[in-house]
Amino acid sequence: MPRLHVPVTPTRPGDTPDFSYVALSAAGAIKRPRYDARALDLDFLATGLVRVLDDDHRAKGPWDPKLDAETLRSGLRNMLLTRLYDERLQRTQRAGTIPFYMRSYGEEAVAVAQCMALQPGDMLFPSYRQQGFYMVRGRPLVELMCQLLSNTRDMCKGRQLPVMYHWKEGNIFSISGNLTTQFPQAVGWAMAAAIKEEPNIAASWVGEGSSAEADFHHALLFASVYQAPVILNVVNNQWAISTFQGYAGGEQRSFAARGPGYGIAAVRVDGNDFLAVHAVTSWAAQRARAGAGPTLIELVTYRAAAHSTSDDPTRYRPKNDYEHWPLGDPVERLKQHLIKLKEWSDAQHDALSKDLDGQVAAAWKEACRFGTMTEGPWLDAHLMFEDVYAELPAHLERQAEALQREQALNARLGLTSAKD
Amino acid sequence: MARMNMIQALNSALDVTMARHRNVVVIGEDVGYFGGVFRVTEGLQKKYGDQRVLDSPIAEGGIVGAAIGMALNGLKPVAEIQFADYIYPAIDQIASELARIRYRSAGDFSCPVTIRAPCGGGIRGGQTHSQSPEALFTHVSGVQVVMPANPYDAKGLLIAAIEGDNPVLFFEPKRIYNGPFDGNPNKPAIPWSEHPKGEVPEGHYTVPIGSAATVKTGDDVTIITYGTMVFVCEAAAQLLGIDAEIIDIRSMSPLDTATITASVKRTGRCVIAHEATRFSGFGAELSATIQEECFWHLEAPIQRVAGWDTPYPHAFEWEYFPGPARVALALETVMESKGATE
Repeated sequence: MPRLHVPVTPTRPGDTPDFSYVALSAAGAIKRPRYDARALDLDFLATGLVRVLDDDHRAKGPWDPKLDAETLRSGLRNMLLTRLYDERLQRTQRAGTIPFYMRSYGEEAVAVAQCMALQPGDMLFPSYRQQGFYMVRGRPLVELMCQLLSNTRDMCKGRQLPVMYHWKEGNIFSISGNLTTQFPQAVGWAMAAAIKEEPNIAASWVGEGSSAEADFHHALLFASVYQAPVILNVVNNQWAISTFQGYAGGEQRSFAARGPGYGIAAVRVDGNDFLAVHAVTSWAAQRARAGAGPTLIELVTYRAAAHSTSDDPTRYRPKNDYEHWPLGDPVERLKQHLIKLKEWSDAQHDALSKDLDGQVAAAWKEACRFGTMTEGPWLDAHLMFEDVYAELPAHLERQAEALQREQALNARLGLTSAKD
Repeated sequence: MARMNMIQALNSALDVTMARHRNVVVIGEDVGYFGGVFRVTEGLQKKYGDQRVLDSPIAEGGIVGAAIGMALNGLKPVAEIQFADYIYPAIDQIASELARIRYRSAGDFSCPVTIRAPCGGGIRGGQTHSQSPEALFTHVSGVQVVMPANPYDAKGLLIAAIEGDNPVLFFEPKRIYNGPFDGNPNKPAIPWSEHPKGEVPEGHYTVPIGSAATVKTGDDVTIITYGTMVFVCEAAAQLLGIDAEIIDIRSMSPLDTATITASVKRTGRCVIAHEATRFSGFGAELSATIQEECFWHLEAPIQRVAGWDTPYPHAFEWEYFPGPARVALALETVMESKGATE
């Protein structure tokens, strides 16, 4: 009699970290096919692990993107900025100044290297852990922070949870709390680009946990059927809140291995290796731009921090897990690589950290001038009724008037909220 | 002017908008080469090419998700859901995304997709080809919901939907695709060519979304309805010899409250009729609104006529369908109450 199989979570609190389940390849070991190779000849990319940086921090093999030192330093700066930005906002949340935050600690190379490998006109459909895009595309930090504060300069006009940014001019789509919905949307965007014969491509990101949603299937299917110029990324950071990736189907085969079933080129890459991530993304972008088809990329990484500020990972995994993660830390690895190339030093790194942290602190100070949760100015509540439709319909106009009467009564009764 | 049935009128709306706007594209199951199972998209792929009229996989969530992405990139997609009964896999994309992308991005992004879905019963379709799920979508802030009841309105509303800036759920009562239906399945079908609303301009025109139509004026009672039930209600009032004012609301969201309340205030009596199930149906919203706005003018409690609160059964089609008898009984109830007040 078969017995119901329950996926195995390798370690729990108190256990010694054990990552023997992660299938590794040596740096430089995986062949780099032509960008326009037939998808059905590329199955090996979905099961191997593309790595460029070896344990000695040297770049190796055919996937070495041969980036110049300036680009590498820019990558390091953007990853470091992401990390310092996250750290400050984590502390800010703990101090009660913002209600919620999500860090990308440990997976900074994903957003930063991938965004740097794409063109500014390429449309990005992120999930909630790709704040690195904003660092690469250069959105002023103040504008991001105003979103976190839901203040008078909030790009979302007070309608979204912190970190659910968007940037129309920067070609970064609005983040949804309903996971994976952006995946088929990115495919549709790419289909439209192909219909209009425009050169820009789309890219989207989901976690390995949310790859379980039906929209993951919809996206891969439509991408394959219409050969859409799109890059679909699964950020496999091992954990969906407390649920190990085995529950999303990662126990039997890699997430990248789903690509070949749809006839899509798929690559499994070391997500903490800036060079490998950049190289694989460039390859996929070239493929998409040439009309050679979509690519599924699985970025193997580790969610080194909690899922969000509402989460406590010590309740479900060993405390010191990240120290044992076999793919190391993305910032540290790129830093050591640059030092090895004699293009960087510890002293320069410390100076850069200090400078960036200062910029983050200054931006925070400025953002708070446009309002905090406890001190105004605040957004006008009438904004609640706007942008539901292109025009304000009559029934919402009446409801806005009703709110005014309600607020007047609240004021008379002294039932005002903190911000009044 | 040409004579068109509702299918031809919808086809003409797509043709007119595709000719006028290069960014209008059609996507759905069987809509391309074949021209749609109801023939609404017939000839469009031949005329506009397979880059603008796309046959799609059988994946409604994927169709709507991809259509949203296309709209974000400047296209105006018209997505066909083959039967409204199949729309449920797309609900997350509709309710959480399509309806809210403008709102959550503070107006920076928008996705004006039109979703067409043939709905309603009376075609021996059983419980998976007969549903009227419009009320589900009227509960979603951010989408418009319309349902035409004749070829003229079908074309004008569809053009308005495609050319507008809002996402629209466009429900097509398929029982009246080919002709008006008075609820009597034993009578020979009447084609639209014999009905004044089967006269449709060949070119471009719009029927504004959010405006109701007074189909027939009358003094005794106001019947508020939409879709196939417009004609069933006409027949029922005729049967009883009641001078009913019949309002086809055409658009559920936004709702033309002014036309409805003006009529009810004048007649003092109201029957609401729709094919969809009664409990939490759109009639409940109409009834509540009329009660709030017209209470002091009402001579009798508002009556609702609807499908029974069961799935749509195959073998009991005409026992389930809210036919002229069910409407007539409701009309008698509101009219009888007259005695109580006089």
